[in-house]
Amino acid sequence: MYAFDYNHPKTTAEAEAAFKAGDDASFIAGGQTLIPTLKQRLRQPSHVIDLSGIADLKGITVANSMVTIGAGTCHADVAASADVRKAIPALAHLAAHIGDPQVRNRGTLGGSIANNDPAADYPAALVGLGATVHTSSRQITAEDFFTGMFETALNPGELVVRVAFPVPKRAAYQKFPNPASRYAVVGVMVAETAQGIRVAVTGAGPSVFRVPAMEAALAQNFSASAISGVQIPADDLNSDLHATSEYRAHLVGVIAQRVVASIA
Amino acid sequence: MVEITVTVNGAPQKAGVEPRTLLVEFLREQLRLTGTHVGCDTSQCGACTVHINGRSVKACTTLAVQADGQNVTTIEGVAAKDGTLHPMQAAFKEYHGLQCGFCTPGMVMSALALVERNRAATLTEDVIRAELEGNLCRCTGYQGIVRSVAAGAKAMGATVGKVE
Ligand SMILES: Cc1cc2nc3c(=O)[nH]c(=O)nc-3n(C[C@H](O)[C@H](O)[C@H](O)COP(=O)(O)OP(=O)(O)OC[C@H]3O[C@@H](n4cnc5c(N)ncnc54)[C@H](O)[C@@H]3O)c2cc1C
Ligand code: FES
Ligand code: FES
Repeated sequence: MYAFDYNHPKTTAEAEAAFKAGDDASFIAGGQTLIPTLKQRLRQPSHVIDLSGIADLKGITVANSMVTIGAGTCHADVAASADVRKAIPALAHLAAHIGDPQVRNRGTLGGSIANNDPAADYPAALVGLGATVHTSSRQITAEDFFTGMFETALNPGELVVRVAFPVPKRAAYQKFPNPASRYAVVGVMVAETAQGIRVAVTGAGPSVFRVPAMEAALAQNFSASAISGVQIPADDLNSDLHATSEYRAHLVGVIAQRVVASIA
Repeated sequence: MVEITVTVNGAPQKAGVEPRTLLVEFLREQLRLTGTHVGCDTSQCGACTVHINGRSVKACTTLAVQADGQNVTTIEGVAAKDGTLHPMQAAFKEYHGLQCGFCTPGMVMSALALVERNRAATLTEDVIRAELEGNLCRCTGYQGIVRSVAAGAKAMGATVGKVE
């Protein structure tokens, strides 16, 4: 690991100021992605700014059919939250299946979505539930937030502060986990929301995406058989040592049907 | 150098560390607590598992500065002062929870955390297996480890389901 300076700000304003002061600074939340990256010398930040002391980034509130989760909340706390389990059980289930207990005790919602790993779980929840990302300067809808592989709409130095998830009528998430890392080879969130049915897929493509053909079919008939004929083109999907794009395309259909069957 | 104070196994430790120092390096190289192992470079094996404020974490994927002001427990802090093994350690010995022993400190730390996390419900074999997801063992095939954790949990007063 290359050397860096370390800051431990107490407010988002201090964190933003510290970011500007460094010539190539990086925030750190749980460190479950950043530290492995630093260990491999894939990044060389001048400053590492620790967000763990910022009270504004913590906590879970449920009010007015909205579950709001601070960016600094770790996956284990989302999974264990009685409020989340009651309001959006699918979200608690998703958080409970990220990585392993040690990763869940440190890794955070904000870090996960800021990183936008194509195989991360949370992007499916944000897009599937139609969530809104509140940053240090604006609000961004989930679909505008995730812009590409490891790419988001965040500007340099802009912080994710919290994410607001509207409570759906029903929703479920399942993934086909990579057996070693538990990252999603394919993960699908299906939700019936006030805006209609949403189907969001992670793991399969460069970044999370919706499947309009499945959404339309489910709006007509909310059953697994309604989407059994929907073909997912493999052309733009990921191919790696874990799965070919054709295999992933097939898995999207299989997992989506299982998810629908679980809440139909 | 950054000054940090970390309470390790109950005793406050004041030290200067480089920000890039990993918690596991701080524990092993500065405090000479070599019970916490490093088994991989990819944050996957869990041999480095310690507790921060009672929660299991991978010390190879935590900076020492991130532990500033926190309570860290390592495998050296688990047995009684007179050396009597903790019931979980004793169970690993009794039920063949180890062969080479490299993964064992991390397994025991994860086991202790999973027993506490699941106090409210019956600890089933499935839960034990799922919650050891972050700990790899290259020797035992896990059967002995699962039996050890179940026996250790029982000795710690937890309600434990049937384990094959
Ligand atoms: C063994 C292992 C298994 C894993 N398995 C899974 C899995 O199954 N599914 C899954 O989804 N993930 C998995 N992960 C990743 C894990 O969920 C990480 O916690 C997450 O990707 C990053 O969160 P973090 O808080 O650790 O972020 P960090 O590593 O601290 O930061 C990641 C990036 O986000 C930036 N950042 C952090 N917080 C903010 C913020 N508030 N605003 C703006 N930028 C910010 C940082 O600058 C950095 O660039 C796994 C990780 C490991 C090590
Ligand atoms: S040394 Fe392998 S996970 Fe920490
Ligand atoms: S006993 Fe050898 S790695 Fe587990």
